[in-house]
Amino acid sequence: MNFFTELGRFLLLLKGMFSRPENGRVYWKELMHQCSEIGIGSLGIVVVISFFMGAVSTLQTAYQLVSPVIPKSTIAQIVRDTMILEFAPTLICVVLAGVVGSKIASELGNMRVSEQIDALEIMGVNTKAYLVAPKILAAMIVIPLLVVISAALGIYGGRVAGSASGILAANVYDKGLHENFVPYNVFFALTKAYTFAFLISSIPAYYGYHVQGGALEIGRASTKAVVVSCVAILFADYILAALLLQ
Amino acid sequence: MIEVRNLKKSFGANTVLNDVSVQMQPGKCNLIIGASGSGKTVFMKCLVGLLQPDSGEILYQGQDLTTMTTAEKKEIRKQIGMLFQGSALFDSQTVEKNIMFPLNMFSRDSYAVKLKRVNEALERVNLKDVNKKFPAELSGGMKKRVGIARAIVLNPQYLFCDEPNSGLDPMTSMVIDKLIMEITKEYNITTIVNTHDMNSVMEIGDHILYMHKGLKEWEGTNKEIIFSKNELLNEFIFASEFLKDAKDMRMLELSGKIANQRNMDDLMNNEGSTRQ
Ligand SMILES: Nc1ncnc2c1ncn2[C@@H]1O[C@H](COP(=O)(O)OP(=O)(O)O)[C@@H](O)[C@H]1O
Ligand SMILES: [Mg+2]
Repeated sequence: MNFFTELGRFLLLLKGMFSRPENGRVYWKELMHQCSEIGIGSLGIVVVISFFMGAVSTLQTAYQLVSPVIPKSTIAQIVRDTMILEFAPTLICVVLAGVVGSKIASELGNMRVSEQIDALEIMGVNTKAYLVAPKILAAMIVIPLLVVISAALGIYGGRVAGSASGILAANVYDKGLHENFVPYNVFFALTKAYTFAFLISSIPAYYGYHVQGGALEIGRASTKAVVVSCVAILFADYILAALLLQ
Repeated sequence: MIEVRNLKKSFGANTVLNDVSVQMQPGKCNLIIGASGSGKTVFMKCLVGLLQPDSGEILYQGQDLTTMTTAEKKEIRKQIGMLFQGSALFDSQTVEKNIMFPLNMFSRDSYAVKLKRVNEALERVNLKDVNKKFPAELSGGMKKRVGIARAIVLNPQYLFCDEPNSGLDPMTSMVIDKLIMEITKEYNITTIVNTHDMNSVMEIGDHILYMHKGLKEWEGTNKEIIFSKNELLNEFIFASEFLKDAKDMRMLELSGKIANQRNMDDLMNNEGSTRQ
């Protein structure tokens, strides 16, 4: 299948989501369920990765900034800005593409292969709306929150690493954090987070929903979903940087 | 009533249904039989609208499913229950939640009313104490029964069963067949069953279509089927020597050349019990 057929089917899947829910309460419950699956399910890994990313950033920035004319507090600025601009939104989303993406693709793939999707259709449920929309919506609610948590934890991790290694004291780090802060960066980070959240939920949903075959194909679909989501994230990252950072 | 006219469906160069026309009989068990790969599942999926046929009409009370809007299809589907080959239970939900799902989605009743309805459906399929179990904890036959319970919980007018006894032992198959038969009669629904199991054919085949190479090769009842002169059909139903012998015996019995001996054991048992 060529790229445009796939894109067409992808857009049809998205279009199919827009219909009146058969029952608002059931949909609401499903949305809440997905929020907790996606959010709570990946909170642990986000916490660990963010903390260490911040810590390592501090050490490496200090290692590269050897000039005595640059004040130590600059390290904090650099850690803050890389966390907010790139590490929290992009890296975390790449990780989430693996965690959340493979889960969504294999869940839907399994439902497709074991005819659960057909069973829902027969009951008169719009499966695109019921199975796909809550996942995408939940991702777009929860993932930006995870990105914010990640940025905060990363900056905190840098602070801990800085004082633990004796590179810069916590009060110097805090002073650095307040210097040259650009609120626009936060807006940029959130724009990225929303975009990536959409990509890492909709692309795996597409691959999972259209699985044909058996267990082997579910595995293939979920691998493909993760790879394509990661590439899409990096591509979108570039586009957004080119558009929004002038 | 369901009427199918000139249904065609192919996948690429593989023509699976090549002009099938049939009228399903209301209130009866309509069986679709044929070898594996003969297109029974594809036929059934076309009938319920899961697959779009290439051409032909599928009329539900005269309304053509193939040209319906999504909203109209949804309405028809509320009258349809379907049992899938692999049962297709939602494996993240308990038996009770599985059966309650259609009620949650489409009825405004209170929880207590819905629970009562679920328990009625479970009782109808002769299952007890499984409400809180997950599908993975059930045997194949129990899964099928839960599948049937879920299919009938909204009181459908049409019940579709795709290979209801595939993967089951002969005893359990028989139980499932009987259940489908009873439900059909009790609720006066139109049931359509895919099968390649000859026991089911003889047991519940009110109206049988034999599919071969995408065509309706033969149509009739379970009374007629063993006497059919259709060679392809005979090849299919008398695939085993045992059945061929059984047929010859039956022919001899019917022609009066030998006595009917099939109830000998029953007779002897009865005598035994009266003697005690
Ligand atoms: N989605 C599909 N895409 C391509 N070919 C299919 C599809 N579904 C079924 N077929 C083909 O249709 C034929 C009939 O399959 P099926 O209806 O499943 O047979 P059965 O009578 O065993 O239920 C098979 O040759 C199968 O390969
Ligand atoms: Mg089949």
